[in-house]
Amino acid sequence: MTAVWLTIVLVALASAALKAAGPLILGDRQLGPRATAVIALLAPALLTALVLVDTVTTGQRLVVDARLAGVAAAAVALLLRAPLLLVLAVAVATTALLRLLAG
Amino acid sequence: METEDRPADRGANHEPPGPPADRGYAAGARAGLPFAVATVVLGVSFGVLARQLGWGVAAPIACSLLVLSGSAQFAAASILGAGGGVGAATLAAVFVNARFLPMGLAVAPSLAGGRLRRAVEGQMVVDASWAMANRGDGTFERKYLIGATVPQLSAWIAGTAVGAVAGGLLADPEALGLDVVFPAFFLILLAEELRERRAVTVAVLAGVVALCLVPFAPPGVPVVAACGAALLGLWSRP
Repeated sequence: MTAVWLTIVLVALASAALKAAGPLILGDRQLGPRATAVIALLAPALLTALVLVDTVTTGQRLVVDARLAGVAAAAVALLLRAPLLLVLAVAVATTALLRLLAG
Repeated sequence: METEDRPADRGANHEPPGPPADRGYAAGARAGLPFAVATVVLGVSFGVLARQLGWGVAAPIACSLLVLSGSAQFAAASILGAGGGVGAATLAAVFVNARFLPMGLAVAPSLAGGRLRRAVEGQMVVDASWAMANRGDGTFERKYLIGATVPQLSAWIAGTAVGAVAGGLLADPEALGLDVVFPAFFLILLAEELRERRAVTVAVLAGVVALCLVPFAPPGVPVVAACGAALLGLWSRP
């Protein structure tokens, strides 16, 4: 039980430090045009990685399961210009249905 | 989700002088609400998981209050649950959250006040808020970001409390398919980012890097390494 509390405190401190580091280092200094260009491209890189890792991995394994079908269905809904909440509903319903059918 | 009209001649500067627009705290909070719904579910699953691992009721809630980060908490809890030590669990959480280092560097110039105040404001960075408040030109809408985070953090803590208290009484959230809410959300945000060809190139490269690293690197590292694809921006014309 002590291990759990110690881990909680350490993870809390580490997470806060990671989030604080950028602002502490940079302060109000503006970045140059090249750094700005890199930062503008961080979003597509980060989001692509998060989508893929959340969709086709479990721990350190690549896994194809109902999540992939759900996210693919969401992609189709997006291409058809469905509203945001409908896109999400399509993803959730597809995944839940496949899991239900798979038992 | 409508796209704004953009001037056909991209080179010309049609922006009025003065600080760029920030949609404000309230608009951010509204934008954060759908994410908050998904976060409640995630929080409940964390509470249930921690309870099953023998954390009791207080520790999971304290964890969510202090750490404020789902991905890091799941990583640490699963390592402890698998018999790992405090050091391994903390390291896993650090890897998983290492993406906040480049994200914090990106957001820093858009925050307010001195370094300390900025470091405190930087705690309000979470994935969805960061992406939604990103203007796409290297700057961020500060109030909108903070506003979007408030409902998500509240939902995370409240969800954890429900899961920790109710424990095994609740249905498995995965059976309801709710775990795809996050990748689906990130996909929606990604679609907004892919207007330029260079962004598409970066996204493809990031995806390849992330998937290739998953079997070999500890959880969290593939996402951080994928962020390196943004370095393609170094070859841009100022």
